[in-house]
Amino acid sequence: MSTEGDLLHTVTADDISDRRRATGRALVWGSAALFFGLALMQFAHDTDRTTLGFDTWRPVLFAYLLWATALCAAQVIVNGEKGKRTLFVLPAALFVISLVVFPLLFALYISFTDWNLASLNGPQPNGWDNMRQMWSDAFYWNALKNMVYYVLAVTVEYVIAFGLALLLNAQIRARKFFRVVFLLPLMLSPVAVSWMVGKSMLEVRFGPVSRIVREMGFEPSFFGTPEIARFMIMAMDAWTFIPFMMIMLLAGLQALPREVIEASKVDGATGWQSFKEVIFPLMLPVSVTAIVIRIIFKLKLADIIINVTSGGPGGATDSVTSFIFREYRDRSNVGYGTLLAMVYLVLIVIFITLLLKLVSRFMERPA
Amino acid sequence: MSAVFKDHEADRKVRVKWWTSRIAIYTALITWAIICFFPIFWTLTTSFKLAPDVMKGNMIPWWDFTPKWKGWESLGLSPRLIGEVSTVREEFLKRFWNSAIVAVSASTLAVILGSLAAYGLSRFNYRFGFMRNSDISFFFLSQMILPPVVLALPFLVLYKSLDLLDSRIGLILLYTLMVLPIVIWIMRDQFQGIPVELEEAALVDGLGIWGAFIQIVLPIALPGMVAAFILSLVLCWNEYFFAALLTATDAKTLPVMVASQTGSQGINWWSMAALSSAAIMPLVIVAVFLEKYIIKGMAAGAVK
Repeated sequence: MSTEGDLLHTVTADDISDRRRATGRALVWGSAALFFGLALMQFAHDTDRTTLGFDTWRPVLFAYLLWATALCAAQVIVNGEKGKRTLFVLPAALFVISLVVFPLLFALYISFTDWNLASLNGPQPNGWDNMRQMWSDAFYWNALKNMVYYVLAVTVEYVIAFGLALLLNAQIRARKFFRVVFLLPLMLSPVAVSWMVGKSMLEVRFGPVSRIVREMGFEPSFFGTPEIARFMIMAMDAWTFIPFMMIMLLAGLQALPREVIEASKVDGATGWQSFKEVIFPLMLPVSVTAIVIRIIFKLKLADIIINVTSGGPGGATDSVTSFIFREYRDRSNVGYGTLLAMVYLVLIVIFITLLLKLVSRFMERPA
Repeated sequence: MSAVFKDHEADRKVRVKWWTSRIAIYTALITWAIICFFPIFWTLTTSFKLAPDVMKGNMIPWWDFTPKWKGWESLGLSPRLIGEVSTVREEFLKRFWNSAIVAVSASTLAVILGSLAAYGLSRFNYRFGFMRNSDISFFFLSQMILPPVVLALPFLVLYKSLDLLDSRIGLILLYTLMVLPIVIWIMRDQFQGIPVELEEAALVDGLGIWGAFIQIVLPIALPGMVAAFILSLVLCWNEYFFAALLTATDAKTLPVMVASQTGSQGINWWSMAALSSAAIMPLVIVAVFLEKYIIKGMAAGAVK
């Protein structure tokens, strides 16, 4: 895609009168003034400086929406044809900015307070106390360590997913049937999976898996020891998400140029050789995309852990998200919990940036 | 290679090799199909079992146990109770309805906002301050990294003061935000595949850029939009984290209901199984009938 100039050129003689421009600007500033006025009044109301105001901040939200609409409309009024182009991106951008940037700034503020929902004082700034508490919080570091294990498990998932994609790409009958069945786990909600697999199939007394294990002469205990519990969580998460990688890799396999593979066959490559020397290198870009996206999803892993083990035994299965969830839910410790979340965000951003850098350097190198 | 004739030594070798590879492929396929399907089968059949059937480990309906409606009766959804008034059923339907409304509206909103943004980014050059097109795209896509925990608490407080806590609108906004990057990712790929000449022709014929977008581009991009919509639907329907934190009674969604039942001690296997089956059924049906679109959605962007 070209980087200079529009792909779709439009030439229009925009003849915008000064009055029209002024109207547009007035709309934006007027609604902005209304919004700030209302917000100020509501703030004063909340801090008991005035009785004038509403019960909730909802009118302020409406004022904000009005401002956003005015801003969009003003684009067309002030800038004419160019504004119409801006109008494609502006709504989404406004939506994301207002729902991400402001809450993030707010979260940054909360994370340096000692706010506990149970206490009546509301948030009180407490400097670096939360940071110090985090430093000595063994459970948080443990959760971070678990995340490393969980992310490493992606490689195994990748191998299985690649194998399945190859199988589905082979000359087989009933391909559509297998594709649908393989896709099914992805459709299930993690919460349902935690009951279906975690709590019923792995149930120690009556679960079918326990029965098989007992038949083989072992005593079933899936969430008793840390290692096995962690492996079980990984397996359940892998079960739901392998189809995701599989589909991406399958799409990659189907887009491979036929001639190259046929040429390798003519040259006498065996199945394994043509996979190792031709298919795998050609699949590298798709593989990288699939793995990166899978890692991003993996970093959000929580639902299954919350519902099956709640982090047990002894925090061995805790992911960062599930740990913070319990910090909010059980201890209402929002100031500290938010700091942990912010630290996690920073770590993720660093990690993903490094990962992408590494990947792009790796991809540029001639193979 | 030696010539292949019937009954020739080499021919027999080729055949043996062919058959072994066939058997290996189908064994692997069937094994994985069982791994994928068994939990669903188990849940569905358990919802028709009674306690003794669960304890004895009976598996196959009509073979080693007789299906009973007991599990579904606990949801008020059995032939016997369907005509009667049932509070459990109302509760269940309310949650179901909440999930459906939230998922469908959030996906619709995300597809509208996302398609517009993706189209703009694939056709025009923008400059917001220092942000160029690639920066704007990256800004949208980078939202995917954002872990839900970071937003959870600010939203809890924000929604409390906006009186949006425990409301569907609040969830819809959040879910839209959550799936928007994925929609933009899919749609950008779709729009880049549509030749610009089509719109140029439309512009020559007197349509504006919005007219060209709505009348010419949208119909072509419709399959991609359906794919993005369904993928968003799946993610929203299954979302648990935000729903657990931000809803209490009114806007509780199905996953929260399922999760709250698992917590109680001495699980009622049959009713839990019925509830889980009911929660997963809509998407299983979607998967079976709209599999094509789901695969299309996920394949977009993977292959450039």
